[in-house]
Amino acid sequence: MSRAGTPQSTNTFLGMPARPPRVPYGEGNLRGEQAFPRAAAGELRNEQLRRNLGRATGTIRGKRIAVTAELPDWEELRDAGAAIKTDALARLPELLEELERRVTERGGTVHWARDGAEANEIVTRLVRATGSDEVIKVKSMATQEIGLNEHLEQAGITPWETDLAELIVQLGHDRPSHILVPAIHRNRDEIREIFLREIPGVDPGLDAVPEHLAAAARAYLREKFMTTRVAVSGANFGIAETGTLGVVESEGNGRMCLTLPETLITVMGIEKVLPRHQDLEVFLQLLPRSSTGERMNPYTSLWTGVTEGDGPQDFHLVLLDNGRTAALADSVGRQALNCIRCSACLNVCPVYERVGGHAYGSTYPGPIGAVLTPQLAGMHAAADDPNSSLPYASTLCGACYDACPVKIDIPSLLVELRHQKTEETGRSAERLAMRAAAAVMGRPRLWTAAQRTARLGRAVAGRDGTIGRLPRPLSGWSDTRDTPAPPAQTFRDWFASAEGAAALREAAREGERRSADGPAHGDDQQEDQ
Amino acid sequence: MSAARETVLGRVRDALALAPPARTTVPRAYRTGRLLPDEERLGLFTDRLTDYRATVLTCTADGTAAAVGRALADRGARRVGVPAGLDRSWLAGWDGEVFEDSADVPPRDLESLDGVVTGAAAGCAETGTVFLDASPDQGRRALSLVPDLHVCVVDLSTVEAGVPEALARLVTGRPTTLISGPSATSDIELERVEGVHGPRTLVVVVRTDA
Ligand code: SF4
Repeated sequence: MSRAGTPQSTNTFLGMPARPPRVPYGEGNLRGEQAFPRAAAGELRNEQLRRNLGRATGTIRGKRIAVTAELPDWEELRDAGAAIKTDALARLPELLEELERRVTERGGTVHWARDGAEANEIVTRLVRATGSDEVIKVKSMATQEIGLNEHLEQAGITPWETDLAELIVQLGHDRPSHILVPAIHRNRDEIREIFLREIPGVDPGLDAVPEHLAAAARAYLREKFMTTRVAVSGANFGIAETGTLGVVESEGNGRMCLTLPETLITVMGIEKVLPRHQDLEVFLQLLPRSSTGERMNPYTSLWTGVTEGDGPQDFHLVLLDNGRTAALADSVGRQALNCIRCSACLNVCPVYERVGGHAYGSTYPGPIGAVLTPQLAGMHAAADDPNSSLPYASTLCGACYDACPVKIDIPSLLVELRHQKTEETGRSAERLAMRAAAAVMGRPRLWTAAQRTARLGRAVAGRDGTIGRLPRPLSGWSDTRDTPAPPAQTFRDWFASAEGAAALREAAREGERRSADGPAHGDDQQEDQ
Repeated sequence: MSAARETVLGRVRDALALAPPARTTVPRAYRTGRLLPDEERLGLFTDRLTDYRATVLTCTADGTAAAVGRALADRGARRVGVPAGLDRSWLAGWDGEVFEDSADVPPRDLESLDGVVTGAAAGCAETGTVFLDASPDQGRRALSLVPDLHVCVVDLSTVEAGVPEALARLVTGRPTTLISGPSATSDIELERVEGVHGPRTLVVVVRTDA
């Protein structure tokens, strides 16, 4: 497990570099309980969910397009953002060491965590050392990913989520379903019921007006902000040059947590490091416009270590690997680590819009989740590993690529992961793939809802750009007959056509037949770790 | 150093050795160094802040006290907090009680304030953002957070056209807060609600000749 060596020693001299491990099976929140198609089928029956989602994603989509169109240099900002992240990943060892040095110089303490379990242990130990048995939390994907709340609870420490949506999720004993608006699947009446049931001393006459619901949350959390001595946050970025950390938010709950307690513990994925302070000028333009469709989010907090007389006097930064180095070891897949978690790709995805975030089973739903999750946690050969089905949870329509502020080519990554899966496990994924295809194919409206189209040629081309055969989920079909010439039509148009729909239904049927023919290969093969 | 540290750094190096990255140069062809005439910056700044449901008052340097006084009186503030380094002449046009903040005041005590008046380090017109960097006229972060009304006095000369220009004004390493409108949430059916945990009301007083 441990790769000993001083920072100077390069592995070239110590032998072959080893493939970094993925997140151990069964740890954290990077794997659902059932494969995507099955989970999706359940969610598809939820009309309420679909209505909520449709309205919400449509609204954010519209706002995002309006505010990005406002900037004449939007494309230049995207180019810069993509290059900064790519450059940062290429120089990750030196940048992480620089970040550590700067944070330490400014009175902070840096901890390293190989995986979620280790990060959870570190946070628990730090909280215990303060003598507190509760923490206030800023919404954070990293702590969600590692299941920190569950871990703290087991250790007898109560975590209080303070973001309104996270609070709704927590009080509803529920899971988040969207990166940016985790309670997007809940409507105001449901939220009212949750508050009436779960908030002690809440006014029984509380109605479902959003303003009143927000006020109830405000009153409830004020006391926590004033009395809790420890806060846990994530970070949107950590700047190597200065040791500065940043959190972007709207409600002010982040500011409360980052400012009022005596101790602040920040858990940050190692891919969040940015080289220079100047890089903020790019990401503070890209992130708010892409995520909430605002020119700027109401509050951004930047802090560097500790400052006497202002804010927590004890600051800890936990740098988290948890499968990130495994993704980094893949020259194609590492692109997913450029993600700044803006959620733009979710809001344009026709599949996400239909099924919602829970179907993905991971902290990271939607298009980015479909590529990031399998890379962090693996697609185990075990039959029915839900993560194996994620690369198929897409129409490859290309809308996510267009929306992504850091130009992550999600469709190509999905195709690449499908190839990897095929190579790894033979046919076992096929059945899942076909079910995924079938789950959406009977619903042509899904395809026509795609925001923008990519040509079929690109959607099916492999890494080398040639079209040998159709990728999964269509390969079960194309293997046994001539692949139809890529139509000049767009992928969406082709899907919408009677021909496309018929072809895909046929593909799904055939896939089911083939997988029923015999046991899949490689089911007992373990993941490479 | 810890085993975890060596392991994680070793894994990062291994990953990069297994799939060596190409050299990347960062293209910075986006807009920087923009200079807009005063009037245009003021117009844009006001427009953006108003869009966020903040209130904007403009005044000359001489008229600061009158503008701040009006901002407080109109909202019924009787007791306001100020950072120790705030120019007290700004409050000369107001007859309420002034509370001077300091690091040893428990944040809880700030709850009894009706509002707070601070300066600002910079502004960004294109996004409607004020930047606070905890300088003596801005105070510690809790002060501009806990009370429900924030009156922020900004010199137009420090308001830049865009984000890169405004960020360049910051002294790095200080605790910094970027504020764009009052606290807001859209978590309930995406309906925007002002004021969840931060100040529900933001008034920006722009001094045009300071
Ligand atoms: S992949 Fe791109 S669009 Fe999707 S959340 Fe990440 S940064 Fe945003």
